Amino acid sequence: MIATDVLTYAAGSVLGYRARTLLTLLAMGIGVASVVMLTALGEGARRFVTGEFQSLGTHLLIVLPGRSETTGGPPPLLGETPRDLTLDDALAIERSRAVRRIAPIAVGSAGVSYREREREVMVIGSTAAFLDVRRLKMASGRFFSTSDPRRASPVCVLGAKLKHELFGAGPAIGRWVRVGDRRFRVVGTLASEGRSIGLDLEDIVIVPVAAAQALFDSYSLFRVLVEARSDEAIPRARRDILRIIRQRHEGEDDVTVITQDAVVATFDKIFRALTLTVAGIASISLAVAGILIMNVMLVAVSQRTTEVGLLKALGASSGAIMRVFLAEAAILSLVGAAAGVAVGYAAIRFVDQAYPLLPLSTPLWAVASAVLVAMTTGLLFGVLPARRAAKLDPVAALAGR
Amino acid sequence: MIQLRHAQRLFTVGDQVVRALDDIDLDIATGEYVAIIGPSGSGKSTLLNAIGLLDRLTHGSYLLEGTDVTRLSDNELARTRREMIGFVFQFFHLVPRLTAAQNVELPLILSDVAPGERRERVSEVLKAYGLDDRAHHRPNQLSGGQRQRVAIARATVTSPQVILADEPTGNLDRASGLDVVEMLEKLNRNGITLLVVTHDPELATRAARQIRMVDGKIVSDTGSGKSQ
Repeated sequence: MIATDVLTYAAGSVLGYRARTLLTLLAMGIGVASVVMLTALGEGARRFVTGEFQSLGTHLLIVLPGRSETTGGPPPLLGETPRDLTLDDALAIERSRAVRRIAPIAVGSAGVSYREREREVMVIGSTAAFLDVRRLKMASGRFFSTSDPRRASPVCVLGAKLKHELFGAGPAIGRWVRVGDRRFRVVGTLASEGRSIGLDLEDIVIVPVAAAQALFDSYSLFRVLVEARSDEAIPRARRDILRIIRQRHEGEDDVTVITQDAVVATFDKIFRALTLTVAGIASISLAVAGILIMNVMLVAVSQRTTEVGLLKALGASSGAIMRVFLAEAAILSLVGAAAGVAVGYAAIRFVDQAYPLLPLSTPLWAVASAVLVAMTTGLLFGVLPARRAAKLDPVAALAGR
Repeated sequence: MIQLRHAQRLFTVGDQVVRALDDIDLDIATGEYVAIIGPSGSGKSTLLNAIGLLDRLTHGSYLLEGTDVTRLSDNELARTRREMIGFVFQFFHLVPRLTAAQNVELPLILSDVAPGERRERVSEVLKAYGLDDRAHHRPNQLSGGQRQRVAIARATVTSPQVILADEPTGNLDRASGLDVVEMLEKLNRNGITLLVVTHDPELATRAARQIRMVDGKIVSDTGSGKSQ
């Protein structure tokens, strides 16, 4: 039997038993579609998170007070609190030649009011460099200027949502708002960011760091954002930061320096592992679909015993009969896989339109391996029924036994 | 062309050995018309299946056109069936999802005949059996007689030397049965060796030679002189 005839004959029987074919295609399709969709979600989440961290800025180091590391020695009996990270520490760091600029951040929350409207929001105290380090854009007005960071000028910048809630569509620049128990003049408003990890930059008010410290009566910084001069300068900046702080804190290593790359790399790893895991779980359904194909093919062989007997009587070799049934299994798994890929991509498009923020995309390796696994399981589980058909005794088969 | 010597086919049923063919010697020459008769269970279908290479002898020798077919492998047996033997069955055994033309085409597909030539030979054969207007009907749209005619067309499309018919009229009414028998006899007149297994004494007497079997043995053979 030549190859095209084997395929035509097999396709004929695939079409001849509609219900059976549809059920098998459904199982195979669900298996492949779930692999495609789940890996797309995993990949989407990975891209979303790493993209978020990358959008924080470039060559970024984050200095946190306290040290998340166990050193030797006796355990602290009394709560040994780390030394505060102060504005002077931050300004000292800026003197390193590996550092381009720094943005100290003090954080607290306070009520912000304009006339009768009041909102409880996050207050960020920082310096002019904050705008550049975080790559923020202004919607109107300006950010506060690069003067002495120790001066507590009564000026503030509003997040887009806060501006809208306090002023509506009206102008905000030049108006005085009350933050906590102090009054600040609005000098600018931030452009709508859409999304950002960690801080909701829509619903904040930014004031000079000294003003924030006075407002909250605390000289401890939440963290310091440090921008290195270049990618290559990051390790040197890190060493400098640790050295400077050690000098200033009487030889204690009591800050933690996180580099943005390390964070991105960690999340990247975590989400890749997650994607692989869901892909693995989804491919179990592919194996199940393969077993279903075997089941269906076994039923097909016993339903078509007389047909097999007839083919043998007409002079079909065992090999030809085996090829016919294997071709059937192959067609079922291939078409099922194709349908699954189509459904998977359609679902991704749908989710993509419903949630445009999540960058969904299936990695090609996932699609390729799903189709490959579908084909292999289909064929593998098709071998047993095909062999059974090929081994049938023609006399018994013709009698329907 | 067919020569059986001490042919035995044994089946084991439980712990009993059933001799479906018990030491049979048989010679059939090319172009003969032979009817095999006998009560059911007498081994006539087993004899036909053994001659048609669907079944292997337990003991004894079988020469088909001078070849010792008991030594052939399964694939060689399949090829010999393709090239030399045509089967006609009591229950037609047409593939239900295929049209008449496609059913007739099957043996040609199995013999690797090119598609163009296949179509030509199929339409030729269908025309010869008066089935050209039924070519695209499926078996369930055909009458019993038409189905058996399609089956005969299928058996002859590869131009075999032997036609083996197992109760070819067993499932047909008288008129279409006669029609089928005449068709088979016409093939025989054109030189094909024809073996018919039947219950029907009337049908059997139409054959030039009658072999009667009982309990796996040939008890009478009207034409044995001719074959020796």
